[in-house]
Amino acid sequence: MAKKPDYFDEMYGRGSTPRAPFEDYAKWFDGENNARLLEKSAEAEALFRLIGVTFNVYGDPDAAERLIPFDLVPRIIAAREWAKVSKGIEQRVRALNAFLHDIYHRQEIVRAGRLPAEMLARNDAFLPEMIGVTPPGDIYTHIVGTDLVRTDDNEFYVLEDNARTPSGVSYMLENRETMLHMFPELFSKIKVQPVSQYPQSLRRSLMACAPNACSGRPTLAVLTPGIHNSAYYEHAFLADQMSAELVEGHDLRVVDGRVAMRTTRGYKPIDVLYRRVDDDFLDPLTFNPDSMLGVPGIMDVYRAGGITIANAPGTGIADDKAIYSYMPDIVEFYTGEKAILNNVPTHRCSDPEALKYVLDNLADLVVKEVHGSGGYGMLVGPAASKKEIAAFRIKLEANPGNYIAQPTLALSTVPILTDAGLAPRHVDLRPFVLVSPQGIEITPGGLTRVALSEGSLVVNSSQGGGTKDTWVLEE
Amino acid sequence: MRLTVSHRTHYAYDAPVPYGLQQIRLRPKSRPGQLVEDWNIDVAGGQVEVSFEDEHANTVDLVSFAPGQTEIEITCRGTVEVEDKAGVVGHQGGYVPMWLFQRSTALTKAGPLMQALLDKVTRGADDLDTLHALSAQILDHVPYSTDQAAADLTAEDVLKAGHGVCQDHAHVFITAARAMGYPARYVSGYLMMDDRVDQNASHAWAEAHVPTLGWVGFDISNGISPDARYVRVATGLDYRGAAPISGMRYGNAAEDMTVSLQVQQQ
Repeated sequence: MAKKPDYFDEMYGRGSTPRAPFEDYAKWFDGENNARLLEKSAEAEALFRLIGVTFNVYGDPDAAERLIPFDLVPRIIAAREWAKVSKGIEQRVRALNAFLHDIYHRQEIVRAGRLPAEMLARNDAFLPEMIGVTPPGDIYTHIVGTDLVRTDDNEFYVLEDNARTPSGVSYMLENRETMLHMFPELFSKIKVQPVSQYPQSLRRSLMACAPNACSGRPTLAVLTPGIHNSAYYEHAFLADQMSAELVEGHDLRVVDGRVAMRTTRGYKPIDVLYRRVDDDFLDPLTFNPDSMLGVPGIMDVYRAGGITIANAPGTGIADDKAIYSYMPDIVEFYTGEKAILNNVPTHRCSDPEALKYVLDNLADLVVKEVHGSGGYGMLVGPAASKKEIAAFRIKLEANPGNYIAQPTLALSTVPILTDAGLAPRHVDLRPFVLVSPQGIEITPGGLTRVALSEGSLVVNSSQGGGTKDTWVLEE
Repeated sequence: MRLTVSHRTHYAYDAPVPYGLQQIRLRPKSRPGQLVEDWNIDVAGGQVEVSFEDEHANTVDLVSFAPGQTEIEITCRGTVEVEDKAGVVGHQGGYVPMWLFQRSTALTKAGPLMQALLDKVTRGADDLDTLHALSAQILDHVPYSTDQAAADLTAEDVLKAGHGVCQDHAHVFITAARAMGYPARYVSGYLMMDDRVDQNASHAWAEAHVPTLGWVGFDISNGISPDARYVRVATGLDYRGAAPISGMRYGNAAEDMTVSLQVQQQ
């Protein structure tokens, strides 16, 4: 008998017959010819390159190099699997918002002894300027990208809560559009929950958070750092899809107590600003005075109730990796329920005992920077050479408070299409969550990122990852 | 003591300013020991866009320049009744956690010169004695002098310069107090100096938090705790958080600022 695979494969489980959600797809796939599918794959890439060319028109000669590889084998999730996951995400996002309100007001969680004050005091993402500020509708994180991984049939873990400005939703939408374009017959055979409503949901959700100063129909704008930002395409795309204005800092001024944008007929006040500019650069008058990307005075107008900023400034404290380790407590403290989704056990290297354990077990652990993102500056112990581990040990010992460590999870795989047919590759999932006073809306599925090289556990696009379409089946 | 304040800040530019904003923290609050009877801010050449209360309960007005302006003038006038409370301000209210007042800021980062100063401070019988000793040590270490190279010096810069103005003294005190374990903050305000009506500048001092009394003020430059001649206007973690006026503007116009300030007993 063959050795049982070490990893849970979402298509084949731990055996060789397709799991239920993949049955219809597998049947279809068996009737297909690998060469034709590879041709389709090239076609998909050409389609994306076309979008890349549009991108290029905006003035970036390297746009084509930014193309993130797309794999055309979908990741398929059953409705009942998704129901549990989305319930868990909703619970977590509710807790995050309650947590943010609390730490910028009474800090009950600290008073109750459930979170050490140092976790906030030593954290640059905590913004004193937000103390006592309640955003319109009491929503702090309007858009959340909760990164998940799966390790078994019923085991999902949250890797991180992206509560500041999660990106990638345009890939989710384009991946689906590409699949619909290339395989229309598949979508008539298999009933997949749509994702194309996302921009309209985003629009509705943001409009529901208009400030008191708004009279009539809220005006919505997307603030981008500009064409040189790697996600500029997404900013322009979302603004277009939502029929919102795409603006840069220098287009905006404080006029009559509001933040207003220049139009051909004078200045028009903005009610809700979906900003894709980081906190530090948002307002040179309050934060980094050298920022050219932000809007001077926007924090003053915000604090006076004249505009909604989504996500609110200071939400980064909630997706900090050191705070992450407290998430099970945070969920329980604010919802009164046990967390539905698992947290990855996390060693905080600021704690001397944890540090000792981490140093003794570097080869088996993943070590991450507390404030890092994008897979940079991390050590994947099992995949690292002795030399890499030794070099990392020096960095870790020099500044232990800057690191957390986690066991390597047995990330699930989903097959990708290769010249030799299907081959399993590790994946993660970023669902997109919208929060408004009217409720929490989670788009079925999200962005599946896939590590394209065999055995690799790093799915970040900056580290050679690709993406897949994610299907949540109808009931 | 009933004090009337008239405080005018005039900015002149050598070219029209296409767009500019100023954040002003110039509204004293009524509080135990300080009753603001009336207070008005008048802006010539601009307008107040919004007002809000910041995390330290300062009222902040955001002022915009009228387009193409070459001068702007901010005038505060008011009457404040002040009681001598020997510098005791009292316990902390609001949401700001105490640890925030123990964090260093860009202007209040302790360096090697600060350590040398701290080594000279003798701990007194109680917190107040210790803090008064610190205040005296600073004035001894860094005598008062208006002959300062630049505004916005860090505490370490001030120690290096070897002399300073009230703002510099406050920064050194805040940095030292925090290093000694006391939460501390910066205060901007007005002082009626007994020998004159025209004061050359608005004043600054510091407050440290002691468990028994709460916040207590220390005017390092004058070697005393604030009395009935002091109007407390704004507080912050350092000068930047409590600055009477801070701003930004587009264009390359050079700025010339003149201040006229009268504080009188009525």
